[in-house]
Amino acid sequence: MDMMTAQFILMDGLVYAAYLFIVAVGLSLIFGVMKILNVAHGGCYAFGAYAAATAIGLYAQTDLPIAGMFLALVVAALAVGALIGLVLERGVLRLFYDRDEVIIVLVTYAAFLILEDLLIVIWGTGSLLAYQPMLAAGNMFIGNMIISNYDLILIGAAVLIALLMWIVLTQSRVGRLLVAVIHDREMAAAMGINVATMFVVTFAVGAALGALGGALMAPKISVSLGIGVEVIVLAFAVVAVGGLGSIQGAIVGALMIGFARAFAVHLLPEVELFVIYGVMALVLAFRPHGLFVRPEARKI
Amino acid sequence: MLLRTTTLAAAALAALPLAVMPAAAQDSVKVGFISFLTGPAAGPFGIPGKNGAELMVKAINEGSVPAPYNTVGLGGRQIEPTYVDEAGGSAAVVTEYRNLVQRTDVDSVVGFISSGNCLAGAPVAEELKTFTILYDCGTPRIFEDNDFRYVFRVSGHATQDNVAAARYMIDTLGEIPSVAGVNQNYAWGQDSWRDFTLALQTLAPDMEVSRELFPKLFAGEYGAEISSVLSSRSPAVHTSLWGGDLESFTLQSVARGLTRSSTMLQVAGESAMFRLASQMPEGTMIGSRGTHGLMAPDTVLANWFRDSYVEMFGEMPTYPSYHMAQSIIALKYAWDKATEANGGEIPNDEQLADALRGATFEATSGTIEMALGNGHQGIADIAYGTFALVDGEPAVENVIVYPARCVNPPADMKSVEWLEAGMPGAEEHC
Repeated sequence: MDMMTAQFILMDGLVYAAYLFIVAVGLSLIFGVMKILNVAHGGCYAFGAYAAATAIGLYAQTDLPIAGMFLALVVAALAVGALIGLVLERGVLRLFYDRDEVIIVLVTYAAFLILEDLLIVIWGTGSLLAYQPMLAAGNMFIGNMIISNYDLILIGAAVLIALLMWIVLTQSRVGRLLVAVIHDREMAAAMGINVATMFVVTFAVGAALGALGGALMAPKISVSLGIGVEVIVLAFAVVAVGGLGSIQGAIVGALMIGFARAFAVHLLPEVELFVIYGVMALVLAFRPHGLFVRPEARKI
Repeated sequence: MLLRTTTLAAAALAALPLAVMPAAAQDSVKVGFISFLTGPAAGPFGIPGKNGAELMVKAINEGSVPAPYNTVGLGGRQIEPTYVDEAGGSAAVVTEYRNLVQRTDVDSVVGFISSGNCLAGAPVAEELKTFTILYDCGTPRIFEDNDFRYVFRVSGHATQDNVAAARYMIDTLGEIPSVAGVNQNYAWGQDSWRDFTLALQTLAPDMEVSRELFPKLFAGEYGAEISSVLSSRSPAVHTSLWGGDLESFTLQSVARGLTRSSTMLQVAGESAMFRLASQMPEGTMIGSRGTHGLMAPDTVLANWFRDSYVEMFGEMPTYPSYHMAQSIIALKYAWDKATEANGGEIPNDEQLADALRGATFEATSGTIEMALGNGHQGIADIAYGTFALVDGEPAVENVIVYPARCVNPPADMKSVEWLEAGMPGAEEHC
């Protein structure tokens, strides 16, 4: 392996890990707090991408400074994601909290299908292009490598999201309350924590993070039907490696899969497809609950 | 006695609708159209295909298609279309096909974009003995590995797309030292790359393959693939990506500067160039899986279809629209011919199949010969061009049209066999 290939692997691994973390973190947060495997996360991602593409398209028609486009992208995604989260949690999921977890997974799957159809109703079957922020960001040479500056922005966004999550969960009062709910929902409720409110906030934030993932990827991709399906599979792989509900698990899972895939593409492209799930299978073989989650004793 | 009379009466009543049905069916021909209406393939392929169908059905029912198809309907009977979504996987598609034939009672079917769905649907069409035209799928295996009676495909298969791609790359760039490939990891991507590299072994045996990359279908993120191709320093990149994958790959390649160091050869580029427009790098070699769109021949039929499509839908038709249009032309050709041979009565599926098998007819992108697969697989000329912006509008320059027999195997050889043998007989047609 020459130096240039090593540099590319490092960079590609980081970019892919950033992408994976951004799309997986909301899923992990919701599971951590609510113990809900939210299949509708893919729908949130797709809605975020479509909303951001629409916002970028509208913004591009104005003479406003290009930097504002990034703000429009983020605001559009967070607003759409939080709205979907609120409607899903208050309108649907809360009616099923006393049902089996498998039923709730099926409910979120149904929500995902409905969101896919809603996309067609709102945006039609055509794809949207929102490349302006990526091309405006330009590219640069690092050594012999040409790097898209937008990829650096993606890495920065992933780090920022991870830092914010860490600060909120460990340094703020809301975060501590959430951690209490994560550890023992019943005890937290007995201690006076309003678990229902925590659920609403968590689901809205998780959905908004999913939408933000779609929005941040929108400038890089053709925003088209079905993008949420691909993402949900990848996000599950990441959180399975790190452990469902663990934020640091999502970070490590994203890095492991990101680098494994970059190695595969550059050195052994035949196994590119296999390697993502190979890493997952290997981890689960030794740590069935993922790297950062310990098995819990069942409560009777 | 009473019981017997009642039974007979009931049987007569039950038979009544059946007796009436042929008379009612004589007024119209029910045609089922199967195309992606939802999912990732809907936007780039499924909907343009359905649009093509809507236009052709309307024009045929009005009798407004140019000669020689300027008669009303199919054998004089109006087309009654039923549109079905191809999404949901092969099992769902097979169910939908059965529903179309056995419940909706369609007379003929035009359908399928996905090669997997063509492979799954064709045997069911045979089982149900229903005259069926596959409209957009590319795998050569359909007629090379099977001997169908009721199933046809007038659009060319993946071998001609990629042999023509190899020829165009060499004709345009000369014998470059190496080429890289980025193709999706499923039948279409794998077959395309195999045919392309096999053709190169004959046309430019010294050319090296620097990278063979097969990202997942609908991968979205291509950073690592682009890095790998960048580090290979290949002057050209072959890709059969389509739809959103092609658009994403192209945009990310532009952002990473790949298109400054390598020329892209896009087998399905024509389906994306109008959407990408100014973001499609100038100099990109573009294929349209035939002579479609801006590379269509200057014939009355081709010009009529393009102008009618633009008038009806406000955009240029792309090759899936043309694939649908020429499949419906083939449907009309078969129905008109078989109806005439049947004295004006509705022909059965065997008569329809006999009418189309081995036929040569004019369609919306030139002449089609049903020359392969025992007369069930069509061949036609194929064009490649170089993308350019002319007055800010997408255009293709340096168009080269390769005759059908220059890029297709002869009737008695399978595609891979022919490519591995060095494409015998091709050069005399080029």
